[in-house]
Amino acid sequence: MSLYVPILVLAALSAVFAVFSIVMGSLAGPKRWNRAKLSAYECGIQPTPQPLGGGRFPIKYYLTAMLFIVFDIEIIFLYPWAVAFDRLGMFGLVEMVLFIVTVLVAFAYVWRRGGLEWD
Amino acid sequence: MSRLAWAAAQIHGESTARSVRALAAADPTLSSFGHDTWWLIVLKVAFIFVFLLLMTLFSIWAERRIVGRMQQRPGPNRAGPFGLLQPLLDGLKLPLKEDIIPLGVDKILFILAPIISAVPALVSFAIIPFGPEVSIFHHHTPLQLADLPVAVLLVLAMSSMGVYGIVLAGWSSSSPYSLLGALRSSAQVISYEIAMGLSFVAVFLYSGSLSTTAIVSAQAHGGTFHLFGAVGHYPSWFAILLIPSFAIYLVTMIGETNRLPFDLPEGEGEIVGGFHTEYSSMKFALFYLAEYINMTTVAGLAATLFLGGWRAPWPISVWSGANSGWWPMLWFLAKVLILLFGFFWLRGTLPRIRYDQLMALGWKVLIPGSLVWIMMIATIRVWRRQGGSTALYIVGGFVLLLFLGIVWVWETGAERRQAMLAGVPGDEQAAEPDAGLGADQPRQPQGFPVPPLDLPHYHGIGVSVTDHPAAGRTLLDTGTTSNSKEVTGA
Repeated sequence: MSLYVPILVLAALSAVFAVFSIVMGSLAGPKRWNRAKLSAYECGIQPTPQPLGGGRFPIKYYLTAMLFIVFDIEIIFLYPWAVAFDRLGMFGLVEMVLFIVTVLVAFAYVWRRGGLEWD
Repeated sequence: MSRLAWAAAQIHGESTARSVRALAAADPTLSSFGHDTWWLIVLKVAFIFVFLLLMTLFSIWAERRIVGRMQQRPGPNRAGPFGLLQPLLDGLKLPLKEDIIPLGVDKILFILAPIISAVPALVSFAIIPFGPEVSIFHHHTPLQLADLPVAVLLVLAMSSMGVYGIVLAGWSSSSPYSLLGALRSSAQVISYEIAMGLSFVAVFLYSGSLSTTAIVSAQAHGGTFHLFGAVGHYPSWFAILLIPSFAIYLVTMIGETNRLPFDLPEGEGEIVGGFHTEYSSMKFALFYLAEYINMTTVAGLAATLFLGGWRAPWPISVWSGANSGWWPMLWFLAKVLILLFGFFWLRGTLPRIRYDQLMALGWKVLIPGSLVWIMMIATIRVWRRQGGSTALYIVGGFVLLLFLGIVWVWETGAERRQAMLAGVPGDEQAAEPDAGLGADQPRQPQGFPVPPLDLPHYHGIGVSVTDHPAAGRTLLDTGTTSNSKEVTGA
């Protein structure tokens, strides 16, 4: 656990710095109220009323996030395998080839169905 | 024998061969961590914090000067010597600006987002080694804040945390530009993070550890070869040993930090400022800080994982004292600065690429490429260590190649079919769509609904003059020629 203490100290210092600078920024700056200034940025026209979060967005981003999870899990599986590779020997290699081919089948399916296309 | 023990034995052999001074300051291992006294921890934390802030200020200055020089202008040169104080004064100016929180925003998340963005950026630098063990006030300690058995994983985790800051900033701003910028940014970062994570796997295969000190130690010595009775060393850096991994990492580290040519999230021509459109004052400064700190971190990680870390490069490493004491910090800093210069150079050179090209590069080139490379390197490694039953690997490799071939054929087949459906113009179709505009018009590419770019009324010449487009064009032509004459005459 003592390995993590310095990291936590650095995180604490960073958080204090970030909060301090935001508080300082809000205290030090001038405040001149202006309705146009406080509305969302738009190129000179009245901004379209947005639901919080901007409403709908292209489904592609959602799909990318889903694919990211699949591959992130693959990476998490690959790291311990890579570290223990010399001890696993051929067994490890065959197992990992099977696993990667399985993931590649899913990857090929997504690719073929146009999941990686942006238009 | 396990890989770690082997590395330790290597280091031991090296240090006995070295001078007495080198013996006193042996290379750190994972067991050298966790023994620091509290003031030493505070000292190191303060050092890393100040180092990152100074690197940020320096990077901003260097970037502006270098890009300026590349564009044949001086860049900032007024504040302080060579304009060095410019970023500091800009930083001091920002808190004095009005801190605008727009009306429609989710206030808590809006304020929290820059903090979530900045803190992980600072934290991930904790595991980057600056040098070997030195003596600070009679305490032997490695020049590194912390090391973990899963150190590199911490960097990946922290860069994923940074995505939360970006997404929440865009989501809470309730502005279409912010939302689109945040979505683009997060999709890009997570896509390139996969390729980045995969490019590390080969390094872990060779070093047998995720701990950064062990990775640096593993790059101490390459294999030896005998030439005319003398013993030489192969290059020991993973950047040379694992060139494809290094190349993939270099591309992903630019995509990961949203820098040019991959800075689509901040493409000001399309979406203003991206996710930080609505931010001002110190909140904006924190996003800016996080971006530059992330640049320093990925550059430091590249130096650590691929460029031998704090170890001196070849001509210097002949000197026996090069890898002990405080000198390694200089080598490390030089490597980081060279990589940062690469960032600025790219920015001065390359235009921004299109978003579909960006995602295609990440998903269709870098990810399959790294997977194949990992399989290759793993097969070669097993082969070299065990020999025997090579037929199995050949069959395995063949199956993999066949599989990739099938994927490739599918992909090109799909493209051809799509092109057929879209109706790629044959020769007989060529003149037809442009008939109204005259034959001299360059033909627009098919499949994209591009309006004609040179209609008469775009130039302020009314369509009321004539209905016939050819007459309009004549008017336009004479107008432009007379204008250009005026300009050249003046």
